[in-house]
Amino acid sequence: MLMSWIWTGLVGVSILCAAVLGKGHDLASAIVEGAQNGVSVAVSIAGAICLWTGVGKLMERAGLTRLLSRLLSPVLLRLFPSAGGDASARHYLTANICANLLGLGNAATPMGIQAAKRLADPKRPGIATDELCRLVVLNTASIQLIPANVAAVRAGLGAAAPFDILPAVWVTSLSSAVLGVLAAFIMGAMRKDG
Amino acid sequence: MVDYIVPVLLFLTAVLALRKKENAYDLLLDGAGEGLTLLISILPPLIVLLTAVSMLRASGGAELISGLLAPVFSFVGIPPETALLVLVRPLSGSAALAVGAELMAEYGPDSLIGRTVAVMLGSTETTFYAISVYFGAAGIKKTRYTIPAALFADFVGFFMASLTARLFWT
Repeated sequence: MLMSWIWTGLVGVSILCAAVLGKGHDLASAIVEGAQNGVSVAVSIAGAICLWTGVGKLMERAGLTRLLSRLLSPVLLRLFPSAGGDASARHYLTANICANLLGLGNAATPMGIQAAKRLADPKRPGIATDELCRLVVLNTASIQLIPANVAAVRAGLGAAAPFDILPAVWVTSLSSAVLGVLAAFIMGAMRKDG
Repeated sequence: MVDYIVPVLLFLTAVLALRKKENAYDLLLDGAGEGLTLLISILPPLIVLLTAVSMLRASGGAELISGLLAPVFSFVGIPPETALLVLVRPLSGSAALAVGAELMAEYGPDSLIGRTVAVMLGSTETTFYAISVYFGAAGIKKTRYTIPAALFADFVGFFMASLTARLFWT
């Protein structure tokens, strides 16, 4: 329902602004243009999305997720101490984060859901544990190594080097993930309601 | 160096798959087919959302919103032109893609605003969607401090995207 409200709100605000600013003519032509732009954007990223989904499948079957999991698990398990003793929680947790890193959203979500179920405290149903909060914050901070979709949009618009944003994306997503998890740690220590 | 990351990654993945006796070519074809399904699933929201977004831009509403928020955005060091993207990013992935694509087209993908938008899109997530998926699956009602911490991470993302774009490309 949220999207319905957003969409209707956008259209309503547009009509209001156009009426006040006298841009009714532009408003009407924007409708057809916008719809066609949607198709243009989709077409311009079609090749890259198809290729990258293929590469994602290849990465999964080539064992890249598992390789990355082995490399990162010492760091990750420090953030989730209670998962250390639970082999399946450990597995789903690292698989979720590594699939995210590789940009395999379709594989990451089911793994994350399994991890979330195991990090919930059965003695306190319905209340998020500190580790569950950290897992969700880590997932909302986006830690993707190769943002293929964005590069595809850039390529579609004629960027000289679509992937040259990579270092900036790495610095940015690493900062937001680290500071987000740090904030979660601090807020968790400050509140004793969990 | 950066130019070789993606090509080398493609090559290494194929070699790794071949070592495991996987049919790399067929896997690529399979995945590309699934990519087509993915593309078809994002096409309708892109069309519908870009209609509303381009209405908002044509009506002068987008400019108005950016203008109203400009003092706050300039104060924290985020370009006011990206205001609409910052507002929709945590709520909807396809709306963010629609707004981002419009902004990159208007300012040019290699402009400072275009690059800031690209870095923002590439390094943030649809926060509220992720929260609802994971907590919904685990049956959590009390999310405690997750939302403020996640929104803080988003803010850091928008801020750092603006900062890195400025540092790397001006």
